[in-house]
Amino acid sequence: MNATIVRLGVRAVLGRRRGIMLFILPVILILLAFVVRALAGEGTDTAGHLLPPLGLHVLLPLVALIAASSVLAPEIDDGSIVYLLAKPISRFTITSSKLVVALGCTVVFAVVPILIAGLILATGTPLLAVAYAVGALVAGTAYAALFTWLSALTRHAVVIGLIYVLLWEGLIGGLVSGVRWVSISWWASAIAEAVDDRLRLVSPDLGLPYAVIASVIVVAGFVLLAARRLQGFNLTGDE
Amino acid sequence: MSSPSDPRVAPPRGVIHDIGYRPYAGPRLGEGQVAFSLFLTGLRNCFGLGRSGKSKVLPLLLLVLMVLPALILVAVMVQLKMDQQLLPYARYAMVTQLLVSVFVAAQAPALISRDLRFRTITLYLARPLRRSTYVLVRLASLTAAVFILLVAPLLVLLLGGLLADLSVWGQVRGFLEATAAVLVLAAVLACLSALVSAVTTKRGIAVAAVIVVLLVSYTVVSAIQGISVDQGNDTLGQAVGLFCPFTLIDGLQHWVFNAPPSTPAPPEGTGIGVVFLIVTVLVLAGSVTAMLLRYRKAVSV
Repeated sequence: MNATIVRLGVRAVLGRRRGIMLFILPVILILLAFVVRALAGEGTDTAGHLLPPLGLHVLLPLVALIAASSVLAPEIDDGSIVYLLAKPISRFTITSSKLVVALGCTVVFAVVPILIAGLILATGTPLLAVAYAVGALVAGTAYAALFTWLSALTRHAVVIGLIYVLLWEGLIGGLVSGVRWVSISWWASAIAEAVDDRLRLVSPDLGLPYAVIASVIVVAGFVLLAARRLQGFNLTGDE
Repeated sequence: MSSPSDPRVAPPRGVIHDIGYRPYAGPRLGEGQVAFSLFLTGLRNCFGLGRSGKSKVLPLLLLVLMVLPALILVAVMVQLKMDQQLLPYARYAMVTQLLVSVFVAAQAPALISRDLRFRTITLYLARPLRRSTYVLVRLASLTAAVFILLVAPLLVLLLGGLLADLSVWGQVRGFLEATAAVLVLAAVLACLSALVSAVTTKRGIAVAAVIVVLLVSYTVVSAIQGISVDQGNDTLGQAVGLFCPFTLIDGLQHWVFNAPPSTPAPPEGTGIGVVFLIVTVLVLAGSVTAMLLRYRKAVSV
């Protein structure tokens, strides 16, 4: 980790227009939580209707994607990444510093709002909100690592990341139950279940150890891959 | 030999040689032809034609993925010898909305953002092409591309239905109604996404912004609709459908054609139906106006 890279990364994410989008998404979630609570009253059921589909499957991956692609992609796009890479800082340090920024944004703009929305919707059972937030934290870390690697890999990281999130995690993951073994959002659901055992999100069961180990492997693997990618980085132009 | 400084020799004078270059003297096409060729290029670019090989992959893959379910549905329908379509024409766009959203999100910024970001728009406007024409042509290209994406599977369903000896008039009518609705949907999606990508000129971030607009609005709308139907609050459930392009057009076609709805709370009755129509018109007119205003600023800066 390098404090200067982190500081510059935070400014890159929040400094420009993309910062607005990161603010808008959690505001929508929390406003919607208030609306739904006013409509349907508080309870674990209403939280179950809103938090998994909107929070875990839409807000979290989108925020992680926007944050991760704004820490690395603009520098690669305009070529200024070479000045960073020319510094005597290991590529692993650069990658992990970038990841820390992406993860921090994901926590602030997705995990905490999910916790708040959960507390609004199910005030009586705060453990439920905590369970969703823990799941979101694990999934957010995995998404941030994955998308950081993706934006080091290709200039079309946002589009590819969106297709992955929408089609694999969203559409196919919802239809084909075997996908739960290789889907970040299902691992997050399994971890949330383990925190609050009243939750029934994954069926058939996935098992906490598998979910934890898989998440750790994904995070570590993609950080190393991203660092590896930056080690042999050459600037190429397409389109 | 005399040196150049020799005062007796006149200094060399420049001569213009005619070496045969000729100016273009043929007919010059007017704004109409420029606009048409810009429309055609834009439409081709939406599907990656005339762009790099990498750019062809995504749109053509999405087109295939759009048509594939229609082929499967037709095959199943023929195999089971059913007397109606498995999926009504009117619901196809809603069922495949993820693919449509990705297509719009990927292609609108490609068409809109780059001209603004790299300032190539000044080159277009150096031709006999007015700013407003450029904006409208870009919107038309995008609308046409989305329309092709949406109507291709409907054509497959229609052909399948006709070959399976379903009632001709019923099939053609369902197809035509759905085609009209899909045209409006394509226009709404194109105008909204073009506006978003004209405001956020960075390509990557414009893609994400369009997806946020389309996906988050749909998720929010369906969450509120589900809950309000549970609570028996029909008015709210119907009204909230106005806030997402897909549910808006779904409600509109349900009201106009009495098409089978894809949401739990479609608009029932003339009052709310008229509201759906007015909102559709306002969204279209509003985003086109906003686009025109945006480009007035973009070009003068």
